[in-house]
Amino acid sequence: MNAAAIQQYLDFAYIAAVVLFILALKWLSSPVSARRGVLAGEVAAGLAVVATLYNPELVAYKWIVIALIIGAGIGIPLGMVKITAVPQRTALSHAFGALSAAMIGIAEYYVGLSRISRFEMGEIAMEVIIGSLTFTGSLIAAGKLQELLPQRPIVYKGQNIVSLSVLGAAVLLAAALVIHPEQTVLFPIMVIVALLFGVMLVTPIGGADMPTVISLLNSYAGFSAALLGFVLNSKVLIVAGALDGSSGFILSVIMCKAMNRSFTNVLFGAFGTVQVAVGKIEARPVRSASAEEAAEILDAARKVVIIPGYGMAVAQAQHKLRELHDILTKRGIDVSFAIHPVAGRMPGHMNVLLAEADVPYDRLIEMDEINPEFPRTDVVLVVGANDVVNPAARNDKNSPIAGMPILNASEAQTVMVIKRSMSPGFAGIDNELYYLDKTLMLFGDAKNFVTSIIKELNAVAAGT
Amino acid sequence: MPPDFISNLYVFILAGFVGFGLIKRVSPLLHTPLMSLTNALDAIVVVAAIIITGRHETPLTTTLGAIAVAASFSNMVGGFFITDRMIRMFKSGAAKKS
Repeated sequence: MNAAAIQQYLDFAYIAAVVLFILALKWLSSPVSARRGVLAGEVAAGLAVVATLYNPELVAYKWIVIALIIGAGIGIPLGMVKITAVPQRTALSHAFGALSAAMIGIAEYYVGLSRISRFEMGEIAMEVIIGSLTFTGSLIAAGKLQELLPQRPIVYKGQNIVSLSVLGAAVLLAAALVIHPEQTVLFPIMVIVALLFGVMLVTPIGGADMPTVISLLNSYAGFSAALLGFVLNSKVLIVAGALDGSSGFILSVIMCKAMNRSFTNVLFGAFGTVQVAVGKIEARPVRSASAEEAAEILDAARKVVIIPGYGMAVAQAQHKLRELHDILTKRGIDVSFAIHPVAGRMPGHMNVLLAEADVPYDRLIEMDEINPEFPRTDVVLVVGANDVVNPAARNDKNSPIAGMPILNASEAQTVMVIKRSMSPGFAGIDNELYYLDKTLMLFGDAKNFVTSIIKELNAVAAGT
Repeated sequence: MPPDFISNLYVFILAGFVGFGLIKRVSPLLHTPLMSLTNALDAIVVVAAIIITGRHETPLTTTLGAIAVAASFSNMVGGFFITDRMIRMFKSGAAKKS
């Protein structure tokens, strides 16, 4: 078979892969068909990789095989990480994806050095800048999530001006390369500046903004792959990159809406700097309760809604909450979990943790669906969530979180909040919910406190 | 402008719309697996990395290509693996009783 005929077969393999990619995402729409979606993706990827190995342009296989083995050696352990480590694993995979796209772009530049057109130079420069900044940005995000780096936003005066100047410098270098492609010395400098900007982009962001940042980095990683498709004239890369990029973009939009903030606000207006309200917090009386009292209240309820937040993930309380869910359900009490879109450190974080703990997914209810239920709810149990249940978002126009959609926990008959202390949440804002007459504070570690409640509930059962 | 640029742009725009349409329908329940799955699909850049590496033009491009192959293939393997693990955990109440 001649090279042109083989190329045709390869194209058909890539078209089949693209069709399977689209089906994979279609089947992911519901948990029932989602596994079929993963299978479709695996078949597509396998088909594309095997087809590529038949490409007549390949002359040496040694390094391909070695690199594939190394890749599998890194990938398999990364696929086996604990579910609690999924946010940092995801950030790391954005870094790898972007690294790969940047490396190919750089290689393509040096391959085509003598015959590169200005248009192609522009494409390559754009691709390499986005790939490089996504690589370092994602590494910083992964470091923060793994707690190798401080989770709190790191800010200094004039930060935005410095960061934007660095980005501007990268763009100027790219423009210089488009005008003078023969100035090859500028290319590595541009890469270094873009890598630096990635670090500066993510360092000032932390904590509760992580879901948005991870989604944005996802989007960048996807679009850098799509741009690479333009550079290499590869439609399969364009499609895969466009799908990944639009997925990350939609998730970013959902996260921003769930916090009532704009992209620019997340990227350039680190939330942590809004500390105005902190000074005003004074010690006000709250009602607290013991595990025994909490158990009695839960036992007397007909409808209970549990609101998990990042604190649940930190305390690893999800398995104990599932036990609590099982005990109460067995007693004929209706128990569900209310999931705020930005609860946790990445989109869908709470759902995955609770699903791993064996909570049936039909008990995990989204914000818009559960909010009308609160007036009919006897007990709300808040576990490690704070800003997402703060009524100030609705009532106080001057609050930094004003307008943010919240779970209307305060509409329930009784609210119980498990919390270590009265310290304010990520946004540094006091929470009115804690001072309501109907609210009981349960002070302690989430996991230990839920364990004590379960013990008390079992004691009640044994006593009767 | 390279001759294929316009047809590539068509593909990009259409794929973007398909992506928007599909991803809007993904249940928020599955947003974490969605991210790991799209990441694994995105790792298809491995095909470009394989070609760069296998052409064996200069030591520099082979090295860059090999790094790209390792990085994207690890995403492909790990991404599908963890997505499947996560999705298997999602069970409905009815399924659990049986």
